[in-house]
Amino acid sequence: MLRQFTAAAGMLAVLTVLTGLVYPLAVTGAAQAAFGHRADGSIVERDGEAVGSELIGQPFDGEGYFHPRPSAIGYDGADSGGANLGPSDEGLLEDIEARAEEYRAENGLADDAEVPVDAVTASASGLDPHITVANARLQTARVAQARGVDTAEVARLVDGSTTGRALGVLGEEGVNVLELNLALDEEAPVP
Amino acid sequence: MSGAAWFQFAALIAALLATAPFLGRYIAAVYGDGEKAPGDRFFGPVERAVYRLCRVDPDGEQRWTSYALSLLAFSAVSFLAVYALQRLQPALPLNPVGLPAVEPRVAFNVAVSFATNTNWQAYGGESTMSHLTQMLGLTVQNFVSAAAGMAVMAAFIRGLARRRAATLGNFWVDLTRGTLRILLPLSTLVALVLAGCGVIQNLKGHTVVTTLEGAAQTIPGGPAASQVAIKQLGTNGGGFFDMNSAHPFENAGALSNFVENWAILVIPFALAFAFGAMVRDRRQGRAVFGIMLTVWAVMSIGTMALEAGGSPRLDALGVDQSATADQSGGYLEGKEVRFGPAASGLWAASTTGTSNGSVNAMHDSFTPAGGGLAMVHMMFGEVTPGGVGVGLNGLLVMAVLAVFIAGLMVGRTPEYLGKKIQAAEMKLVMLYVLAMPTVLLGFAAASVLLPPALASLGNTGPHGLSEILYGYASTANNNGSAFAGLDSSTTWYTTTMGLAMLVGRFFLIIPVLAIAGSMAAKRPAPATAGTLPTHTPLFAGMTVGVMAIVAGLTFLPALALGPIVEQLSL
Repeated sequence: MLRQFTAAAGMLAVLTVLTGLVYPLAVTGAAQAAFGHRADGSIVERDGEAVGSELIGQPFDGEGYFHPRPSAIGYDGADSGGANLGPSDEGLLEDIEARAEEYRAENGLADDAEVPVDAVTASASGLDPHITVANARLQTARVAQARGVDTAEVARLVDGSTTGRALGVLGEEGVNVLELNLALDEEAPVP
Repeated sequence: MSGAAWFQFAALIAALLATAPFLGRYIAAVYGDGEKAPGDRFFGPVERAVYRLCRVDPDGEQRWTSYALSLLAFSAVSFLAVYALQRLQPALPLNPVGLPAVEPRVAFNVAVSFATNTNWQAYGGESTMSHLTQMLGLTVQNFVSAAAGMAVMAAFIRGLARRRAATLGNFWVDLTRGTLRILLPLSTLVALVLAGCGVIQNLKGHTVVTTLEGAAQTIPGGPAASQVAIKQLGTNGGGFFDMNSAHPFENAGALSNFVENWAILVIPFALAFAFGAMVRDRRQGRAVFGIMLTVWAVMSIGTMALEAGGSPRLDALGVDQSATADQSGGYLEGKEVRFGPAASGLWAASTTGTSNGSVNAMHDSFTPAGGGLAMVHMMFGEVTPGGVGVGLNGLLVMAVLAVFIAGLMVGRTPEYLGKKIQAAEMKLVMLYVLAMPTVLLGFAAASVLLPPALASLGNTGPHGLSEILYGYASTANNNGSAFAGLDSSTTWYTTTMGLAMLVGRFFLIIPVLAIAGSMAAKRPAPATAGTLPTHTPLFAGMTVGVMAIVAGLTFLPALALGPIVEQLSL
């Protein structure tokens, strides 16, 4: 009986060294050497200053910026989380209704206009970096007006920040909001 | 479901068909009774060094009782190590954010959770666990609890395959070989691919950046890719971050998502082929594979379609859930744009059909029927395709039950792989079949009656019941995914779910080893015209029927009050 436990302790110790130290450190070394930028979190810089990560959504409120999806955690990168409310939850439905009204008002849509589903629902991580193309198209006119540029110019930038399906079939198309807003600041600065 | 969704589903099946049979044959060689296995030149010396260090005799064959005792001793030591690491983390290195010691009840729950291959998370990874705890505690258990599950499977298959034998192999050898030859090489490969896709792999703490609008935002760091790889391959599921594979740093895009989804499924499906090779009858393995693939595919298509269908309540609010050229559509609450409803539904079926439990969307936010399907897939006992090792065991137990029922119908002594199924085995099979539902329904019923347990609910009404049912279905089946609105960090839930995980692991593993011990001792009877062949579509269909009847009779009343009534009242 005792021999079983000493074998167990020895086994766990040896396997801990192999799988808990050698493995993650070897992978860290290899990943850093091969894909340093990505392994470090795909940090985006502007004028030498880090302004965020390509993969982590940021909150945007300004008229002249594209707005991300609602987030249950306010895009706090130290945390992550969704609302975890079921589809029959009245509070969630009230939130969605209020977000839809706000979205229509912000973007000058008719009172009964249909709103893209991603614009009024919170993501799983609370850090979703993308919005759908449909959502971006509806925000284009507002952003163009706030920046005093042609709508077509903004639409071109939206296309430039759109990621298609991986290998043509995997996942879904999305517009990276941070990348798009950076491109806007670069090419169509707020007057 | 859109055309792209079907293509995505087909691509995953193609990737599995291209890899699982080869991996299965390799796994059979690793656990087989043959003298040689591929990679002996490299792994042989390392393994011999491990055995010498631990004073284990690699040729010492064990009876089922001492095999089980070794497994229990290893699990107990693992539990203590994970518990100690969490409690002592402020005094240990690699804690760049300065996290405090984990509370005792949460530490208990987590230690049970990782030592049993459940990886239920009563904590948020980034805000609770230091890098050292993640590496030495959680990552290690991801490997060894999975390897222990596969070891039990190897012993079970040997029990079926051996003739008039007293022993089932050696637990320490199976544990070592499974870790070194199967899990470590595959994980290294997958971790590097994921890092290339954008999953982070560094040893940093938080980086604070100033956003375009001038706010401060924290960007987390850590060795995520190495943990994500094994969390998927070992059907563990415990995320590096709270939101698991929905977090962009754990699952950066559609490509990483595809690789991670494949990694959940590849070993469980490969084990079907390994089984066929080890019992020297490939047809048996293909029949098991067929059962796994069929049920998983039906569940996948169902969940993808339900989530793509959206919610009628949102239609009424003027929300556009249709699939167009410019949006995926579907019910996107609790889902990421880059995955959409199809990749989220496909993942949900994969993670609940195995004992994985990682998520790339919030199951609590699924449509009631979509979340209900995920629950049902766990209630089948997680056998399609099942957690690494333990899932195949569960399916073989179901096959034995099907053989027994068929035998009763025609009045013949039931046989599986030539071995007679008798009273002793059937008692153990019943113990296996009843253990999970007993704790699941028992604890769920108690939770419904206790006000402190109800205070943890994130939702009310039928959805609240679904949260409780899902929680115990997940823990009693060692899954680990959650309807995360339920606050499971209370004393009631950390304790009862800890117990549910222990029952779900050991009350299944020990009967399986006992069955293996008793089957190994039997002499196989030659097949006659009256023998029920167990490799035919007819038998596969019958096994699925037995699974559906057992799960249906047990869980339908509870499901009717949760997801079913909620879907009908939407």
